[in-house]
Amino acid sequence: MTAAVVLENLSCVFSTNRGKGAGKPGSEVRAVDGVNLSVEAGEFFTLLGPSGSGKTTCLRMIGGFTLPTAGRVLIDGADMSQQPPYARPVNTVFQDYALFPHMSIRDNVAYSLMVRKVPKTTRLKRADELLDLVQLGSAADRRPAQLSGGQRQRVALARALINEPKVLLLDEPLGALDLKLREQMQTELKALQRQLGITFVFITHDQHEALSMSDRIGVFNQGKLEQVDTPQKLYNTPSTRFVAQFVGAANLLDSQAALQLTGHFSAMLRPERIQLGQVRDAKVSGVVTEVQYFGSFTRVRVSTLNVVLQADLPEALGVIAPQPGATVHLHWDDRAVHALTDAAAT
Amino acid sequence: MNISLAMPAPQPSLSLRRRVSDALYTRKGLLLLALLAPPLLWFGVIYLGALFALLANSFFSLDDYTGQVVRELSLKNFIDLAGGANVDVALRTILMALSVTLASVVLAFPLAYYMARHASGAQKAFLYIAVMLPLWSSYLVRLYAWKLLLAKEGAVSWLAAQLHATWLLESLLAAPVIGGPSLSFSTMGTFVVFVYMWLPFMVLPIMAAVERIPGSLIEASGDLGAPPRTTFWKVIFPLAMPGVAAGSIFTFSLTLGDYIVPQVIGNSTLYIGQVVYMQQGVAGNVPFAAAFSLVPIVVIGVYLWFAKRLGAFDAM
Repeated sequence: MTAAVVLENLSCVFSTNRGKGAGKPGSEVRAVDGVNLSVEAGEFFTLLGPSGSGKTTCLRMIGGFTLPTAGRVLIDGADMSQQPPYARPVNTVFQDYALFPHMSIRDNVAYSLMVRKVPKTTRLKRADELLDLVQLGSAADRRPAQLSGGQRQRVALARALINEPKVLLLDEPLGALDLKLREQMQTELKALQRQLGITFVFITHDQHEALSMSDRIGVFNQGKLEQVDTPQKLYNTPSTRFVAQFVGAANLLDSQAALQLTGHFSAMLRPERIQLGQVRDAKVSGVVTEVQYFGSFTRVRVSTLNVVLQADLPEALGVIAPQPGATVHLHWDDRAVHALTDAAAT
Repeated sequence: MNISLAMPAPQPSLSLRRRVSDALYTRKGLLLLALLAPPLLWFGVIYLGALFALLANSFFSLDDYTGQVVRELSLKNFIDLAGGANVDVALRTILMALSVTLASVVLAFPLAYYMARHASGAQKAFLYIAVMLPLWSSYLVRLYAWKLLLAKEGAVSWLAAQLHATWLLESLLAAPVIGGPSLSFSTMGTFVVFVYMWLPFMVLPIMAAVERIPGSLIEASGDLGAPPRTTFWKVIFPLAMPGVAAGSIFTFSLTLGDYIVPQVIGNSTLYIGQVVYMQQGVAGNVPFAAAFSLVPIVVIGVYLWFAKRLGAFDAM
């Protein structure tokens, strides 16, 4: 089985401030720097990273909107590195949805069939089927401006799916939606992907979204892929400090404190793995400096050994969280400690 | 209340300025009225007033013997308008206005598109100034400059000779209707100069319209399988239509009303503007001039209605 998308040593370098005086070298931005990646067919793959980390540029190179300065993009086994967008068997759901404002919803969805000269009755019938799939059959005759954000999102999805692409690229499609709608769309998107069996390459800067939807996640940092793994492995065994910090909350321990508490030179400990308990057998004791209530858990910051440890205490009946100033004793299972290989950059 | 101790009673210290600004703040309509009244008065009284005076005049007539305006309603002017030569003048003007508009769209679109989507920084500023520059100098100066350029011994003929293309120029000038003894004495010359004169008025609105098209729409079109040509006709052009329509209103109406360009450059056939000028000036027939000047107004009205029917304003 060939991989749906293969990126081989893919790079994209933007040069800035060109033409500012002869002989002055323009500065370069390595937006994407030597990325190797293989996305399997039928996979829900997420590119996760902070803004400016290169994930969008990477997606644009798969879609063909930006051409790589080095490396190759293979889609379904064929080299597409230098092909224009319209020649690639991928479709994109844009961050701003990019619906054509001068066309009805139905014509928007039917656009790619219209371009391919599919007869009008066939393509409009197909568009209506797709609109039914995203539960927007009743809005077919309206204009994009008359729809809500969530509805536009569905139209963009239907429009990108009508041509049954090998790969669907989604560029932060849920970014503009409010939380409730966003959660609902996450569930729907995931269900749709399972139903259609199309490879999804999804971009987000939201780690919760990435963890809850993806089969695998690639974490981007400064143009490089830091780690590619399943959500569970990414969360429990991050390979770098950046991943540990970016995916979920983390206590990152270094040098002396790390050695004393964990026996490693550099280690990560998730806050929810820490419990409060008796002084006996406690790993360490400390003073509570801050208590934050989150509903399903309470985050307690404990100052000890020149470091501050976060502990997430699950909400339970009859349990009262400690107050700031209280002395507490921290316990954790040694298996919860994950050693990191890269030390802190100081 | 301690508050009255801490703060001096504000009531007496309210200045007139403060009270005016409070009144304007609480009654939004007042501010709107103050801001809109001057332009509305200008528009309503001076502009529309003049237009109605024109309309009224067109129903009066000129006494052929005394040369006085007879202030009695009659349709004589409109009956005269329908007479042979006047219809020719109107049709010739409309045809010229349409050709000038079409040529302006064709010339302006690529430039406007480049300026809006590709040019950046200094390049954009340069192109912007290049488009606007002709408007900085007098219309008449530019017109006479063109007369020299297009003259038989002018720069265009010279260039044609240098390129061994004199035969081409001559065969163009030999064409019926649009030809003539030289470019500056031909309808072709009138057309060229009209296009030159009004081109900036077409470039700027199209540029503004193209600038408003989000780049993602163009990318989305390509993503959905449309090659650039399809993207242009299905996405860019329809969305730039309001700009094209706005520009075409300029080029079309400016050509319809102009009386100087065809007088200086052309084969002395008449255009609406010239007839109006001659009727109210030399002949002193203000009522007939008024009636004739209603023709462009009606034509523009029809033009706008037609543009709306074609969906030119749908993307606004």
